[in-house]
Amino acid sequence: MKQLLSGNEGIARGAYEYGVKLASAYPGTPSTEILEYIGERYPEIKAGWAPNEKVALEVAAGACYSGARALVAMKHVGLNVAADPFMTLSYTGVNGGLVIVVCDDPDMHSSQNEQDTRNYAKFGKVPCLEPSDSQESKDMIGAALRISEEFDTPVILRGATRVSHSMSLTELGERVEGQRELGLKRDPMKNVMLPAMARKRHPFVEERLNRIRDHAETFEFNKVFPGDKAIGIISAGVAFQYAMEAMPNASHLKLGMVWPLPEKMIRSFANSVERLVVIEELDPFIEEGIRLMGIQVEGKKLTALCGELSPDKVEKALTGATSYNGVGPVDMELPMRPPNMCPGCPHRATFTALKKNKVYVAGDIGCYTLGALPPLGMLDHCLCMGAGIGIASGLSRVLGDVAAGKTVAVIGDSTFFHSGMTPLLELAYNGGNTTVVIMDNRTTAMTGAQNHPGTGYTLRGDGTISADMEKLAEAFGFKRVRVVNPYHVQETEKIINEELATPEPSVIITKAPCALLKTERILPDKPLHIEESTCKGCKACINTGCPALEFVKIEHPKEGEKRKGFSQINESLCVGCRTCWEVCKFGAIQENS
Amino acid sequence: MSQSNRVYNVLIVGVGGQGIILASDVLGRVAAANGYDVKKNEIHGMAQRGGSVSSHVRFGRKVHSPIIKLGEADVLLSFEQIETLRYFPFLSRKGAVIVNDAKILPPAVFTGAQDYPAGVLDTIREKAPSTIVVQGAEMAQRLGNPRVANVIFLGVLSNYLDIPVEIYEGVLKETLKPKLIDVNLRAFHEGRALKNGQAA
Repeated sequence: MKQLLSGNEGIARGAYEYGVKLASAYPGTPSTEILEYIGERYPEIKAGWAPNEKVALEVAAGACYSGARALVAMKHVGLNVAADPFMTLSYTGVNGGLVIVVCDDPDMHSSQNEQDTRNYAKFGKVPCLEPSDSQESKDMIGAALRISEEFDTPVILRGATRVSHSMSLTELGERVEGQRELGLKRDPMKNVMLPAMARKRHPFVEERLNRIRDHAETFEFNKVFPGDKAIGIISAGVAFQYAMEAMPNASHLKLGMVWPLPEKMIRSFANSVERLVVIEELDPFIEEGIRLMGIQVEGKKLTALCGELSPDKVEKALTGATSYNGVGPVDMELPMRPPNMCPGCPHRATFTALKKNKVYVAGDIGCYTLGALPPLGMLDHCLCMGAGIGIASGLSRVLGDVAAGKTVAVIGDSTFFHSGMTPLLELAYNGGNTTVVIMDNRTTAMTGAQNHPGTGYTLRGDGTISADMEKLAEAFGFKRVRVVNPYHVQETEKIINEELATPEPSVIITKAPCALLKTERILPDKPLHIEESTCKGCKACINTGCPALEFVKIEHPKEGEKRKGFSQINESLCVGCRTCWEVCKFGAIQENS
Repeated sequence: MSQSNRVYNVLIVGVGGQGIILASDVLGRVAAANGYDVKKNEIHGMAQRGGSVSSHVRFGRKVHSPIIKLGEADVLLSFEQIETLRYFPFLSRKGAVIVNDAKILPPAVFTGAQDYPAGVLDTIREKAPSTIVVQGAEMAQRLGNPRVANVIFLGVLSNYLDIPVEIYEGVLKETLKPKLIDVNLRAFHEGRALKNGQAA
């Protein structure tokens, strides 16, 4: 019987069915669950979190050089980190099949940009497949591994939020092992990319791409759905589903391989219809490819370059109008509901201490990025994973005294191991006067609590090493490394003050487990209480932004009442972290007796 | 199941942490067990941190898009008052609204910068007269487990869909931990017995 699987479950299942022996990844929305499912469900596959995507790809490369089938998974921006091995892996080729799953995030539901991974396939001269539902997500893992082995190339499988996180019915199959013999196979002309060898490999890459281009003409997932000849629609991925929804009776060409493009197939489809339209999300990638063939086509003049498509947008693009049968929007201003740090979040405590010091903060990617939002408003930069430390170093070196004692870099523990160690080394080496706050919450929190090399556990929860940041910073040459419990806000504030006043780079590790982490819990789970009569309504607690606190306005003040309102604790949400207690100057916050 | 091409669209909305994903998972499995083609989509990632969450569930003989078109939702099932209004443009003119009476304050409201809008339920009823308001928290409390509210709503929702009750029961039994099955089945039936927001 068919099962209801998400796209990411389909990919994980595909890895199992098509004989993948090793899988590696770093968590990143919308790709995270792929490795989690492999870890939970398929013990046949050696699987583990890598510190970052570059390492994940290199580990997978090693496995496939040995003859094994391998899978690596990441979000779109992860491929930027892995771009170095990726570009030259195209030259060496593989041995066992290698599929690089890269999940794009059109509309940036949980990302800092919406780059289009198909450009990387063209850049690296490797094929790119794009599934449109969970069945294809599974089946295309098989196709990708077959192409990888047949043409000696890594293959990109481009996912997207609306495929990864959509569920659809999927037929399951049995596991079939890869056919390559495993072993240490010496082949320096192919695997050692010295200039002399690389010069010989580049022509191979170009010739390989031509052979794959021919293969695309008969690739089973490039498919024509004949229909009304007045309009022919070319699409791929979830855009195909929207196009089918909007115009089920039109002629459709669905591309399962989006790079290289099947020129003969496209030409013959174009000739069979009166009007040719490409429906694609983000860049005009297919459209430009078709234009280069000298074929007239409409594309991005109908759909936006920015954001994701939807059934409505595609209907409008294709028919010029939308048939709206709804009740319409409501004429009422609704307060926004952005994501927020959880009640008891240790990051809130650290940001509260930083706020008291009025510092300029360079951060990066993680739950702590939410520190940018009001009422905390404590993040001045977020560029990419690990960037905060480098930015703070650059700022402090150029600005000298202007920034001295005022700049801080914040970085989470998982991000630190991902790409924070090298900028920390740079800071020690070149000596910018800034303070690095490593917010160690003992997990990769934003993506849903994955282990990393600092937690002491592997993907499958087996015990392993726990890398020591304190010793690392000392080994890098930092003379000032301090560890503090951030829930002690006043003490944390004092330590930050001391380090800011010191004219040399320093590291503060604020260490407390994520409030959602079940394995390491230090929170008392005893809600606090505010004595209404003692509360002065100063909002010091409210300005920490904790969802367990509420400012209750006094609508009809009694005589002599100076307060505009008072704070109240929602005891069903409060976990007793005491951050509000630390900032209350009036002793209004108390433990429940 | 019916042979017509009709696709049913159910949009489930609320706030991260309310059990929306579990409810939509169960509904998706129920539709599949009834022989329908099913597509379901939800938002993960940053949206989980107390942000606004939506899950689209679509089923019929053949379903393409995992996302509901604006104005095409047959049922808008909302776990929180103002989230109902946020997703109103999805609701069909012939559609039904099931709304939990809960108010979860967004950051701008609990910090006192903005007020929670007044008269939300009246506005919903005005636009969708057949709206059912469910006292989810109160009912769940009475059942002895505050976490079963989402299954109560699923029970209310079942009245709008042409799927036999045994299929819901079967999927709930398969999906839940054994010790939670009893209370959830009771929750489902209490919800199913609700007409016009009152116990039948």
